[in-house]
Amino acid sequence: MAVKVMIPTPLRQFTGKQSSIECNAATVGEALGSLTGTFSDLKKHLFTEDGKIRSFVNVYLNDEDIRFLSKENTPTKDGDTISIVPSIAGGSEEHN
Amino acid sequence: MAILDDTMQKQEVKLSREEIQRYSRHLIMPEVGMEGQLKLKRARVLTIGTGGLGAPLGLYLAAAGVGHLGLVDFDVVDSSNLQRQVTFTTADVGKPKSEAAKARLSALNPAIEIVSYETRLTSDNALDLFRDYDIIVDGTDNFPTRFLVNDACILLGKPNVYGSIFRFEGQATVFGYPDGPCYRCLYPEPPPPGLVPSCAEGGVLGVLPGIVGSIQAMETIKLILGAGDPLVGRLLLFDALAMRFRELKLKKNPDCPMCGTHRTITKLIDYEEFCGIRGEEAPAMTDGIAEITATELKARQDRGEKLFILDVREPHEFQICNLNGKLIPLGELPRRVNELDSSVEMVVHCRSGKRSADAIHFLQTAGFKKLLNLKGGVLAWADEVDPRMPKY
Repeated sequence: MAVKVMIPTPLRQFTGKQSSIECNAATVGEALGSLTGTFSDLKKHLFTEDGKIRSFVNVYLNDEDIRFLSKENTPTKDGDTISIVPSIAGGSEEHN
Repeated sequence: MAILDDTMQKQEVKLSREEIQRYSRHLIMPEVGMEGQLKLKRARVLTIGTGGLGAPLGLYLAAAGVGHLGLVDFDVVDSSNLQRQVTFTTADVGKPKSEAAKARLSALNPAIEIVSYETRLTSDNALDLFRDYDIIVDGTDNFPTRFLVNDACILLGKPNVYGSIFRFEGQATVFGYPDGPCYRCLYPEPPPPGLVPSCAEGGVLGVLPGIVGSIQAMETIKLILGAGDPLVGRLLLFDALAMRFRELKLKKNPDCPMCGTHRTITKLIDYEEFCGIRGEEAPAMTDGIAEITATELKARQDRGEKLFILDVREPHEFQICNLNGKLIPLGELPRRVNELDSSVEMVVHCRSGKRSADAIHFLQTAGFKKLLNLKGGVLAWADEVDPRMPKY
């Protein structure tokens, strides 16, 4: 299934600045695997050492959180969009 | 709006002639009217942070006639704030932000009550501070405070109008609504320190918090009025460069430790520890990282010592100013560590000392031992050694 993966700003440094990547995958997990296969620096930012998606990153298939679908096994259709949404905290000012 | 009904019933307020004239554009709208304007006047809103998000937020809430505004900020105005914190003027540089914001908002609308709290929000004061307010608006800029605000709101049953930004992307939603999700439903844990840069390190398009903060003001006003569809259960994502808004569904997580069916968190915790930060001023100090001050580094260089300098900032920062170090951005370090010689003593630096501390942690796991963190980064070099070096 041809899907598009949206890359959030903090992670674009690992995807050659691309804001979205097209790939072929039957499930969300496959799409993420394909992504981290191509961009290996991304892997440790998205996954823990035992291969689970990190808890400060949420993954959506279209507008649904995959935690409430079938997680990485959620099947995809042609034209689906997978969004990676990490927590960002910027708000008021510098906070060093 | 169960949350605001109690307040409405307790207080008898009226609008003066001046207020009727001031709010006339609200009063002639059926969605607001006299009844809505009185709700605004009775409402008590606490804004956490008076910076990038807090500026438009405060201005629009004051303009709308929110009767009781609390402004929490411990910091002072810095010239680098003026790129986006539009409540302040150049003359305010050096003044406490909460005071400067209060002055500005009072000038805009003297009819409302504004209380400034020049204090850092902590686990010790959050519950007491929040208790007197109906709605909390989160305009903060760091993960520990985000979690603190969330948890305090859930414990007290107050809605939390959330907004956050990074470079040119923003997020907005309303947490803490009955049957709605909380921040921990979305993010049970914070990212490890250093993984997601702050605005100081990542930068931000100045006008972006202007947009997201205004959205927060809009959502706050909608909650008070009971009008429209608030962003409960909806995460609004804004990409300013593409000028696109997207929306994702936020569900209440039944396993959420804060607001789920079997909550495990029943009081506020040490959020700095939770987020892996052990001390804001010098996170490196307690982690066994050796430091060198800018003054010491200069002295050693003047004595003819050849110290290897590793700069872990981004290329565009190197162009602003640099110490002639070898540039390997932090994110590339794991891949390029082979370019470094572990037998040579190395001074690692960034802008302020945080990223370089993270770099040193990584290098230590890679077997490097002769490492020194430049305390305070290039900012300290500009302060102590070379005043001509631009600070950013």
